[in-house]
This record gives sequence, C-alpha cells and structure tokens, in this order.
Amino acid sequence: MPEREADALLRARGVSRSFGGLKAVDDVSVDVHRGSVHSVIGTNGAGKSTLINVLCGEIQASEGTVELLGQDVTRWSQPRRARAGLGRSYQRNTIYAPFTVLENCRLSAQAALQRPWDWLAAAERCEASVAAARHALERAGLTTQAHLVAGTLSHGQKRQLEIAMCLSTMPRVLVLDEPLAGMGPEESERMLALLEGLKREHGILLVEHDMDAVFRVSDQITVMVNGRVIASGTPEAIRANEEVQVAYLGEAFAD
Amino acid sequence: MSEQEGSPAASLASRLVPVVLVAVALAAFPFAGSKFGIDLLTRIMILAIFALSLELLVGQTGLVCFGHAAFLGIAAYVTALLTPQSAPAPLLLLLPAAVLAAGAYALVVGALSLRTRGIYFIMVTLAFAQMAYYVFHDTPLGRGSDGIYLYFRPVLSLGGWQPFDLDSGHTFYYFVLASLAFTFGLLALLVRSRFGHALAGIRVNEQRMRAAGFRTYAYKLAAFVVAAMLAGLAGFLYALKDGFVNPELLSWHQSGAVLVMIILGGLGSLRGAVLGAFALAMLQELFQSSTVFGEFARHWQLTLGFTIIACVALMPNGLVGIGRQIGRRVFQLRWRHA
Repeated sequence: MPEREADALLRARGVSRSFGGLKAVDDVSVDVHRGSVHSVIGTNGAGKSTLINVLCGEIQASEGTVELLGQDVTRWSQPRRARAGLGRSYQRNTIYAPFTVLENCRLSAQAALQRPWDWLAAAERCEASVAAARHALERAGLTTQAHLVAGTLSHGQKRQLEIAMCLSTMPRVLVLDEPLAGMGPEESERMLALLEGLKREHGILLVEHDMDAVFRVSDQITVMVNGRVIASGTPEAIRANEEVQVAYLGEAFAD
Repeated sequence: MSEQEGSPAASLASRLVPVVLVAVALAAFPFAGSKFGIDLLTRIMILAIFALSLELLVGQTGLVCFGHAAFLGIAAYVTALLTPQSAPAPLLLLLPAAVLAAGAYALVVGALSLRTRGIYFIMVTLAFAQMAYYVFHDTPLGRGSDGIYLYFRPVLSLGGWQPFDLDSGHTFYYFVLASLAFTFGLLALLVRSRFGHALAGIRVNEQRMRAAGFRTYAYKLAAFVVAAMLAGLAGFLYALKDGFVNPELLSWHQSGAVLVMIILGGLGSLRGAVLGAFALAMLQELFQSSTVFGEFARHWQLTLGFTIIACVALMPNGLVGIGRQIGRRVFQLRWRHA
C-alpha cells in the first residue's frame, strides 16, 4: 500500500448514492490526511452535501466504501462514526439556540462520556466535558461569550460556535460544510486563521463556496459536477485544469 | 437547567422553597381537611404523578405522546387482576408487577412508534393506546366496560412485621404523597443529570445530537419506558384508591386530559406539571359544583373548555410562568413611565 494511502484518516472509495433514478453522488473517491485540508468544490446541486452526508453516515452509501482511521465504517451509524473521531459542522446553523454557549459545547463533549445511567451526578459538574468545552471555546475564540444564550449570538459567532461544538467532541477528522457562509471579510479572516491552526492536528474536509478561501487554505481540491469528480489535485493543478475552467470556475479563473 | 438565567444558588433556592412549602402543606393537610378534601387531594396527587411522567416525554424530550393513558390503565388493570378475590396481595409483588407491566408494554410500543416523528408519532401512540383500550373493553381479560373491583389493598409485610397498613387512617394519603415526592425527586435528579441534558438536546436539535455521537433512538426509548413506568405507578395508586378499574382509564380522553394538565401548568417544568394537575382538577370541581353554578353546573365541560382556552391564550408559559410574565409586564410599565 502506498504511504499516502496508509495515513489517510478518512477515505472514500467509489462512493455512490442514488435517490430514485437520480445519482446524486457517482463513484466519488476522496482522501483526507492528517495535517491537510482537502476541499470539495462544485456548483449548487453538484452533490457536495450528499457526499458529506454519506461520509458522516447521515445517509447510507448505495455503493462504495468509507474508511475512518483505517476501519471500514460504511455500514456504521452516524453517532458511531462521530464517537470514532469524525466531527462535522453544518451549512445552516444547527446550534442548540436556547442553551448557553458553554452548554452547547459541553453537551457535544458529553458524547464522549455519556454515562446515561448516572442520574445522581449533575451534568454541569461533569468536569471532563466542561474542560473539553472550555478548551474548544478558547480555540474558536468564544471564551468571553461562554455564558450567553447561544441564540443571541451574531451570525459570525454562531458559525464559530458550530466549529467549537464540533471540536468539543475531540474529533480526528473535521468535515466542515461551508463554514464561511454569510460571513463578513473580517469574520472570514478569523475563521480561516482558525482552520489553518486546526489543520495541524486534524484532517479537514472542507466544502466551501468562497473560492479565494478555498485556494488559500487547501492542500488538495476535488471538483464535482453533476455528482461526479471531474478533477482532483493541488490548487495549482486545479487552477490550470481546462475542464474545470469550462465547467465551473468560469472566466475569472481562466485569465 | 441550562436554559435558566441567574446565579445557580439563587435560582436553586427560588425553585426549592415553593416545592418544600407545598410538600409541608400537603403533609399537614389531613390534620385540617375534611374527608372529601383528603379524597380529592389524594386523587390530585395521583394525577400529578401521571402528569409528571408525561412531562418527561413532552416537556423535556419533545415527544408528544397521545397515548399516555394506556400506561396508567395497564398498570391499574394488572393491579386489579393480580389481587386475589379473598385476600390482599403482597405490596412488594404487586407494585413492581404493575410498574414493570407498563414498562414492558412501553418498550414494545416505543420501539415501534419512535421510528416516526412529529404528527405521526402522536397518531401512532394514540393508535396503540386505543388498541390497549379495546383489549380491556372487549375481551374476557378486562371483563368488559363494567371493569373490575378490587376488594383488598396490598399489604407490606417484612418477615411478619407490617410497617404500615394502607387501610387505616390517612396511611394511603401519605403513601400517595410519598410516591409523588419520589417521582418529583427522581425526575428532578434525572433532568439535571447527563441523561436529562441529552434529552433536552434531543428536544432542541436531534440531528446535532446524532452528529455529536449520541444514539438518540436509545435515549428516547429509555425516556419512553421510564415515563411509562412512572405513569404505571400512578395507575397502581389509582386502582388502590377507589378499589375499582374500568376501561375509561385507558381512553383517549384521559390521554388528552393529562396533556392539558402539563400545557396548562407550563411545559418544560416539573413544578408546572404538578401545578397543572392541581389546577385542572380544581377547575373541574369548581365548574361541576351546583352550589356555585346552579343548574349550569351540568354544562361544566363547556365552562371548563372556555377557561382552558383562555388560560392557554393568556399564559403562553403556563401557570408556572405567570410570575415571570407579570414581573416582565410590571418592568415594562415602569420602563415606559421612567
């Protein structure tokens, strides 16, 4: 086995997913390595979200295999994959709006030490999950907001909280669905700096519409059109690829 | 709870004081109350246990169960059916049997119905409860619509020693009060535990809980079974109180009434469930009273219905939220005049 394949944290091989007659994802293979960002780009309806959902186990693959840390997890449920080290964030904010920012992260961290039969200990006293939550909030730059009700945060802070909740579960691989969606330039800058920091200990699969950001942080880019991969490679290779220019990037990148 | 603001110590005290006051008042009531009053209060406390059990599902976990009466009724029937015609049954056998029967039934119903969501979950739980209703209504097991009489309350005997006798004095009243305290205490612990916080997370955003690594189906099923067992405790007490069970205990009216109790009291709060059970029963007594309403008391369901509609419209947070609601109103008025 080639070395690069062996150290892939997350690997999809020939993954397909059909909805009735429509093949939303068609024979897609991606690798996510520790210390790198692998971005998946494509137009709306290219199958990026379906791919993420298949990788995370939210929906099952019709064909192909998904491996996480060397284990075949194709038939695993989403919670099981999550506990094995796969963290994901959502495109639309899916925080627990009525809870405090800290509780949002603490509850996520609790997934690693659930002990549902222990009814005597108060959840807030669960030191390990509180510590994990505080650590994640610090990384995402939300320490001063910890006591606020999550629903009252600004949009940018909610996006940061999404990442913090994801980090609270102490994942090895992060699957991030448009973390920059709806962010201003300043907030985007902060988020990109965060991603570059996270890249050191994690493998990151990124789906993002902001092309400048994608070409800046990615080590590898996969381009999808109509559910299929039309190109995969380094940012330079993708930028130079004619097929990609025609199909997706448009004239702005052809210059 | 994470949703409440204010310092933890102050909010704990402000929540604990009314609970302790009510407990003391309930414990003292038999010394002052009439036989009718004690009987009414016993019934209300049983309903409060029933309402608390549903609050775990609806208010905490976000599962609107519309077949909760089935758990009450099944436990009541098991209590009646297992009591011999000519002698009392041992309490230590009868109580677990009734509670476990409700729990076992909930395990099967929950395993199937929790695969659905929202309105479908409501309908499926209702359908299962109606099935249970007709089993007791139309088969020899339940002895038809006349129900079954229970001639003996169970006895607790520990090696020949009897700590109490449920037939003497106010013992049964205190037994029900202790059961209510147990239920409230158990649920209060549960709500603040990791299990309870996970249920709250499922209520707010189940998808996110799965993404974090929680097997939400197992959590919901566990909550469903615990709730059914506590409803079973209420059913057990119900059967002992009047010494009589009939299929109406399992009817959908009963499932609807208990939903009204927790909504009236205020969803998301254990105190609200208890308050709602008290309020609904007292309103019913009031509107049925011919000394207050004369001839019109025959139409008590009409007045009760309108009152409930008015309450829900005027108090969106239920009775338990009324203090906060008034406080906010006063604050806003002052603000405007300042």
